[in-house]
Amino acid sequence: MAGKKPAAGKDSFEESLHRLEEIVNQLERGDVPLEDSLRLYEEGIQLSRLCAEKLTRAETTLKRLHKDLDGKLTLMDEEQE
Amino acid sequence: MADQAPLSVSALTQRIKMSLERTFPSLAIVGELSNVKLHSSGHLYFTLKDEASQISGVMWRSRVPSLKFRPTDGQKVVVQGRITVYEVRGTYQIDVSSMRTLGAGDLQQAFEELKRKLMEEGLFDAERKRPLPPYPEQIGIITSPTGAVLHDMLHVFRRRYPVASLVFRPTRVQGAGAAQDIAEAIAEMNRFGGLDLIIVARGGGSLEDLWSFNEEIVARAIAGSKIPIVSGVGHEVDVTIADFVADLRAPTPTAAAELSVPDRRALIELLENSRYTMASAIEDRIARHRRDIRQMLKSHALHRPVDLLARHSQHLDELTRSMSTSLSHLFELTAARARGTTERLHALDPRSVLKRGYAIVRKQGRITGKRKELAVRDALEIEFADGTVRSTITDI
Repeated sequence: MAGKKPAAGKDSFEESLHRLEEIVNQLERGDVPLEDSLRLYEEGIQLSRLCAEKLTRAETTLKRLHKDLDGKLTLMDEEQE
Repeated sequence: MADQAPLSVSALTQRIKMSLERTFPSLAIVGELSNVKLHSSGHLYFTLKDEASQISGVMWRSRVPSLKFRPTDGQKVVVQGRITVYEVRGTYQIDVSSMRTLGAGDLQQAFEELKRKLMEEGLFDAERKRPLPPYPEQIGIITSPTGAVLHDMLHVFRRRYPVASLVFRPTRVQGAGAAQDIAEAIAEMNRFGGLDLIIVARGGGSLEDLWSFNEEIVARAIAGSKIPIVSGVGHEVDVTIADFVADLRAPTPTAAAELSVPDRRALIELLENSRYTMASAIEDRIARHRRDIRQMLKSHALHRPVDLLARHSQHLDELTRSMSTSLSHLFELTAARARGTTERLHALDPRSVLKRGYAIVRKQGRITGKRKELAVRDALEIEFADGTVRSTITDI
């Protein structure tokens, strides 16, 4: 079965972590209005939960890079032991 | 200029033959074997090549028994021989009298030469090294489809950082065409795109086994990769040219996997810390607001709203406790109350009343608000917004 090239989406792990870091810094600086900081806090808690969940639940996937006769590259499912 | 008398093909070939055979009567050549064929006649035919050129070779039947090894494709050999021209086909070839595999000494020399050459070109410079992405999501793996290397690396990723998805491109890792294959794999992964990192790996082996990773074509492919490359070739003690060019050299394939990804346990700890930091930042913030409200109430020097303050404090306590739940909502409630209080405090401030045209009447320094407390000739102070006047009652 041929797979598609997965694109690094907006919700990539790295971006979530960066956003979380940004929120933590903003809250620590304390220079946003209180109402905004509460919104940020909620977003931050949610992000940290999502990230932790990804880290505990994700499963490593293994695909094989396959070149067909036209030289086109696709991902194939790889037998995993 | 008069035309030269035309030469026959045979005459020309004869001249070429004499010229070549006189110029190259005996020489040693190093190269890689390919198209090795032991003909039924007993003669051994082969092609000797390097990255750019090739030459046909033959070892006649009488010489073949002197071989101390069985020549196979991909082997590096040194041959001793002379150039001969085969007139019938108009080709030249090397007529080999002896052949040996490239020894450790030869390999070491080739290694040092290539190392020096690439170093002079600046391919090993520290400034060329690209930083590895801290959280790679797609990792390319170039290694053998057989053997334990892929399995061992997979195990590391599963344990340390299961977020990563792996893209595997199987290659030969030794022998004929292996270097070419590895270089192509690197180019294909670059062409495919979307990869954050490439690991080029091979398990341990002899210097000869690891030789593909000392080939210029592999070094060039690594240097030309737009995606950062981690090398993990052989054991700790093995150092290859590929290691020098790679953005990061790992001592082994499993170490390459480990160095490529963060450890999830450390990350989970980091996430816990960030939750703690955010919570204490918010708690500080609320404490600060509580102080502000106290300050505000004090400044109005009024007594009545003290119970309001108590109620506020209670709300703030509640707010702190239930922060993780419906925090925003609670806060909005409290904030609205705080705003209401401020307005009410303003309304209670006598000075704001005076601004609207009212006045305060005092008798002997005390506010008096009733007619029956007053008598004719009583002295009164009347406070307006802009100042106080003294007056005397003339009639009641």
